[in-house]
Amino acid sequence: MIWIIIIIIIVLLIVFLYNYLVKLNIRCQNAWSQIDNQLKRRYDLIPNLVEVTKGYAAYERETLAAVVNARNQNPTMQELAKETEEVSQNVKQLLAVAESYPDLKANEVFKNLQIELTGTEDKIAFARQFYNDTVQHYNSAIMMFPSNIMAKILKYKEKEYFKVNEEEKKEVKVKL
Amino acid sequence: MILKSVRKNKIKTGFIITLFFIFITLFVYFLSKLIFDDIYIAAAIGLSFSIISAFASYYNSDKMILSLNGARPATREEFLQLNVSLESLCIAAGLPLPKLYVMDTPALNAFATGRNPEHAVVCVTTGLLNKLDKYELEGVLAHELSHIKNYDILLSTIAIVMVGFVTIVADILTHSFIWGGNRDSDNKAAGLLVIVGIIFLILSPIFANLLKLAISRNREYLADASAVEITRNKQGLISALQKLETENEPMNINEATESLFIVNPLKGKKQKDSLWSTHPNTQNRIQRLQEIN
Repeated sequence: MIWIIIIIIIVLLIVFLYNYLVKLNIRCQNAWSQIDNQLKRRYDLIPNLVEVTKGYAAYERETLAAVVNARNQNPTMQELAKETEEVSQNVKQLLAVAESYPDLKANEVFKNLQIELTGTEDKIAFARQFYNDTVQHYNSAIMMFPSNIMAKILKYKEKEYFKVNEEEKKEVKVKL
Repeated sequence: MILKSVRKNKIKTGFIITLFFIFITLFVYFLSKLIFDDIYIAAAIGLSFSIISAFASYYNSDKMILSLNGARPATREEFLQLNVSLESLCIAAGLPLPKLYVMDTPALNAFATGRNPEHAVVCVTTGLLNKLDKYELEGVLAHELSHIKNYDILLSTIAIVMVGFVTIVADILTHSFIWGGNRDSDNKAAGLLVIVGIIFLILSPIFANLLKLAISRNREYLADASAVEITRNKQGLISALQKLETENEPMNINEATESLFIVNPLKGKKQKDSLWSTHPNTQNRIQRLQEIN
């Protein structure tokens, strides 16, 4: 009798751990797709910005276009994070300079684009914050006992944060 | 802390629904017993009526509250910045996008309603949109999203609709008991009506106060703190609350929905938190926010 109870408890524990880890993994994937969606959205919006600012802020406009064109087609997480940061800086720079032209500032298309793009930048930042929190949760679950045993069986590996390393971050800032 | 308050809110909501169910069943039972003089028919009518009204108010309470306060949908075309801000905060909070409404009034206020994060509504006043900057607005929106996440919206919405319903019924009954009691020639029925009337006379204020007790004031402090967790910028919410306190004006709203709002929309300049105030003092809230690191 006592053995049956012990076996039942062990089975329940296994089921629980399995579901727990799978759930965390899915949550990370969802959080990642949020970032991905917003990055795509931004790359859809940027050509419009480049178009509407034609004739203004030539230097910032061309830099942004160049940065977007030079982007890596198959980046690692680190590269993508760095690239994202770089594009963000350039978008903000262009928006800031464009704002100083009164006729652009009065342009309805530009105004809406500005709200959308600033919003997308915010969304990327929030999505990154959410993703990193989720990954942190997942990573600690993978390392802690007893869920680490289940993680080994499932071959779950530690996930990378979507973050720019401190040294590389400085590098990006120097460029501006 | 949030998970605990979610459970608490669900339990309290269940409690209110149960009370509502019993009250409406008894009420309709006695009423139809007077008419049909058959306990089985009366019980059947009472039960089916309360089941229908409980379901109807559970699924439609958010719409009732929105129409009580005359809110209209905030389209992306008309309110682009507001929509974009809400979208980004939802990503930060990990919540599905709630429906967005506005109320056309110069007062500064906002509320959230609905029954769960999948069926939630955030509503802000146009005065709020005119007076607050982007970061302040984000603070207020994040506060409302926290109410959604904590299931505060479920409890307060259900409480308002169901308790409001019961209070109205009780009022009608006590009035008809006081004014129309003598007309009844049937002694037995009249006696019954007197007893039911007295019961409701006692119950009605209890129900109304239950509403205030059920919705704890701590929910506002908790939502303020969770809002900062979402935006990671407490200054926005602090200066928003300051504006809401100093530049506000009373709103023309349905009084029953008062407790839903981020700051008291009726505003009777009370300085201390008393047992019956629906909102914590704004200065206290600002102070607690400033204490967060």
